[in-house]
Amino acid sequence: MPGVTLESVTKRFAAGAAAVDDLSLEIGDGEFMILVGSSGCGKTTALRMIAGLETPTSGTIRIGDRVVNEVSARDRDIAMVFQNYALYPHMTVARNLGYPLRQRRMPRAEVARRVNEVAEMLGLEQLLKRRPGQLSGGQRQRVAMGRALVREPEVFLLDEPLSNLDAKLRVQMRAALKRLHGRLGITTVYVTHDQVEAMTLGDRIAVISDGRLQQLGPPQDVYDRPANMFVAGFIGSPPMNLLRGRVRAGQATAGDLVVPAPGVPDADVFVGVRPESLHPAVNGRPSLGFEVAVVEPLGDEVIVHGTVGAELAGVAAEEREAALLAGNGDRAEAVACLSPRDRPREGSVIRLGVEPDEVHLFDAGTGVAIR
Amino acid sequence: MSVQPIAAASERFPPLPDTGPSRRRGRLPFSPWHLLLAPLAAIMLVPLIWMVIVSLETRQQATTFPPVLIPSGLHFDNYSAAWNAVPFGRFFINSLLYSLATVAGNLLFCSLAAYAFARIRFFGRDVLFVVLLATLMVPFQVILIPTFLIVKQIGLVDSVGGLIMPNLCSAFGIFMLRQFFRTLPIELEEAARIDGTSRLGILFKIVLPLSLPALATLGIIQFMWSWNDFLWPLIIIDSQTHAPLQLGLSQLQGAHFTQWNLLMAGTVMSQIPMLLVFLLAQRWFIRSVAFTGIK
Repeated sequence: MPGVTLESVTKRFAAGAAAVDDLSLEIGDGEFMILVGSSGCGKTTALRMIAGLETPTSGTIRIGDRVVNEVSARDRDIAMVFQNYALYPHMTVARNLGYPLRQRRMPRAEVARRVNEVAEMLGLEQLLKRRPGQLSGGQRQRVAMGRALVREPEVFLLDEPLSNLDAKLRVQMRAALKRLHGRLGITTVYVTHDQVEAMTLGDRIAVISDGRLQQLGPPQDVYDRPANMFVAGFIGSPPMNLLRGRVRAGQATAGDLVVPAPGVPDADVFVGVRPESLHPAVNGRPSLGFEVAVVEPLGDEVIVHGTVGAELAGVAAEEREAALLAGNGDRAEAVACLSPRDRPREGSVIRLGVEPDEVHLFDAGTGVAIR
Repeated sequence: MSVQPIAAASERFPPLPDTGPSRRRGRLPFSPWHLLLAPLAAIMLVPLIWMVIVSLETRQQATTFPPVLIPSGLHFDNYSAAWNAVPFGRFFINSLLYSLATVAGNLLFCSLAAYAFARIRFFGRDVLFVVLLATLMVPFQVILIPTFLIVKQIGLVDSVGGLIMPNLCSAFGIFMLRQFFRTLPIELEEAARIDGTSRLGILFKIVLPLSLPALATLGIIQFMWSWNDFLWPLIIIDSQTHAPLQLGLSQLQGAHFTQWNLLMAGTVMSQIPMLLVFLLAQRWFIRSVAFTGIK
């Protein structure tokens, strides 16, 4: 199983900015790599370049040791699952599954053997004679996976394969995908905008925004140590609270929250606190006042929406206006995830604490993480 | 007995509470459009019916004025007379050759060109396509003489080949198929590319099987056009052995004297294959299945 390497890959469409901008990425042998970002960030374009459906404007793409820039899609030994599955409507499931093999002139008996094998693996035995139009969404999704797997490709590419499934099926398929990858160990590149998929599936995730790589690393690392404000706001649900603050003499301040920041030079900063880092304050530890607006009980936890006495970081003008209209004045909206035992009353003012090592600091100018 | 249906009708449609004009219109057993369409259809049918009537009359009745609309007897022998007056079987085979060859040619060549225009990016594609569309506006009479000269150069004058060759591909067919191909989901073709299919393979294994309704439509239009074509055969064909039906039928029409009953009998016979094609092809006019493989 070879890996996939992207070296300074850029894709520029006819007019306008680069869809993918100087992307370098090394995907290891048998690794499950997630490209995650909001829609239009260039992640799908990156995947399509690996597939050979788009040609990079500049840069090099390698599969194993082979430079594939000039290699056509059919000769790259990759397989791809499309977001809308792209099953051939005029062929039965069996013929859909066998199509890539027949195109490669594999003997008929071998085609039948592999089709049956894949059908069994994905539970499609009963559906082999049906056409795609007679299948449910989840079944189509499995056929699309099967058609990609049947060839035993060197690299497996998936473009938001679960986004068209309902929530329950998505959870099932997510687990199935992970098992499948564990069993087959095929190098996999998986594009998604869903951060739960990103966190649960990937060996490593690459967070992409505006065509640029923002951060690359194992999901937990990206969650624990976001490299910049974008990643901090994108990974994690609900997203991290980001407040305007400053560092003076080794202390970071945002509103009434004061945390030690030893060794950090004096500067204006953005202070980030994850909702799940907040908990009822303990005397003598860093804390901030939190005015509760809405409480959403989820059973295992409660999500508390409210405001804190600080200014929101990196807010666009219209959001600031919306905040003013909502009567928040100069208070920033914030979210906390608390245990149901600590469920506050709506309208009350509580104090929430946070451990200093769970406070993130970002440079106010560049948005890059300081700590 | 004559009262019965009215009574039955009033039982089936008991008077409804009068709630205004919309309610009253709803009581018509057919769409109001039929009031307009039925007379139009009747007008279209008159020449056809007249043709069949004349084909069954004697020569005397066929040339009388005012026309005889109810023939004294049914002279089916007109049909055998027309068949024997000219080499009808020969004409028929020529017409069939001409029509089938141009249908096959159009389906193949228009598909190839249309696919290139729809999906392959090449220099000057859009300009070329506009030029192609512009040729749709050029009447055949304008290019009649150049076409004849080209066919003459190739040496195909007075042959079925000369009849067929200039009609193997049409701008209309390319345009129509291109429009249809562009509606097919591009992901299907991308998936096929990744699965190892060549450009031509994609056209023949993916695109064309999904385009059956469009291909059937084009095939029928081309068949009708070729079968009824008169002008081009008139120009290019001199001998009876190579004449298609429409040209051959005109031989029943003399300079001084026309046997209308035989001409009409021949015309009725010449139209039967068209009816058959239409009935057979009808089942292809079904909703396209091209989108059922997509989510």
